[in-house]
Amino acid sequence: MNILLNNNPEEVSGDELTVAELLRIKNFTFKMLIIKINGNLVPKPDYETATIRPGDDVQVIHLISGG
Amino acid sequence: MSFGLHTSRLRNACIGIAGCGGLGSNCAVALARIGIGTLVLADFDRITESNLNRQYYFLDQIGWKKTDALRENIRRINPAVTIEAHFVRLTPENIPGLFANCDVLVEAFDQADQKKMLIETALKAFPEKPLVAGLGMAGWGKNDLIHTRRSDNLYICGDEVTEISEDMPPLAPRVGIVANMQANAVVEILLNSETGR
Repeated sequence: MNILLNNNPEEVSGDELTVAELLRIKNFTFKMLIIKINGNLVPKPDYETATIRPGDDVQVIHLISGG
Repeated sequence: MSFGLHTSRLRNACIGIAGCGGLGSNCAVALARIGIGTLVLADFDRITESNLNRQYYFLDQIGWKKTDALRENIRRINPAVTIEAHFVRLTPENIPGLFANCDVLVEAFDQADQKKMLIETALKAFPEKPLVAGLGMAGWGKNDLIHTRRSDNLYICGDEVTEISEDMPPLAPRVGIVANMQANAVVEILLNSETGR
């Protein structure tokens, strides 16, 4: 299926993925993340259950120290 | 539109600055110089010598509360700016109240867990309020990596990769670039807004 990942078109396998599966596929192993699906915040306890469907706008923001 | 009309929009704006370190102090000063009407500053820290490699403070202000020193420095640049300064550690409980009246909120913390807390709290408490975060600005060089990315009302300025470490400290040039990008994003949001404040 095709999704939008961090504003870039991305093709991933399957018709439905959980957030946790997407993180594994993309090798996003960073601990401190903010994830939004179609603008809605997905809290960490929901990563195993929140699903990503074709056409979804997914934002994975890496929280990096410094300022 | 003449810039005079823009000026009145800036003068009527209220901007929240969460954290008064490298990002917050430089961003606040840039906004004060161009005549933003009200700045709501929040920080719980005092100035140390190690802050002076990037933060908008002076040697004789070491030991001061950052909120007091930033208020004083802004007053010396542009006394027309109204400053509301809170010497407080920001939490999910006090953030919604402190920044309720701000048109735009600037995330200017240094620690990743604090950035996460602020962004998540603000997205929940004020989904309609633009939030400008700074992510990734350690080290030097690599101008080309620094960018702005927008996701709905969340604007991210920085390179989104370089994390501070012993070998990769936060330094004035790169932190200043991102702080000024945040200020620049705030101005763009204010002047593009259709509410015509």
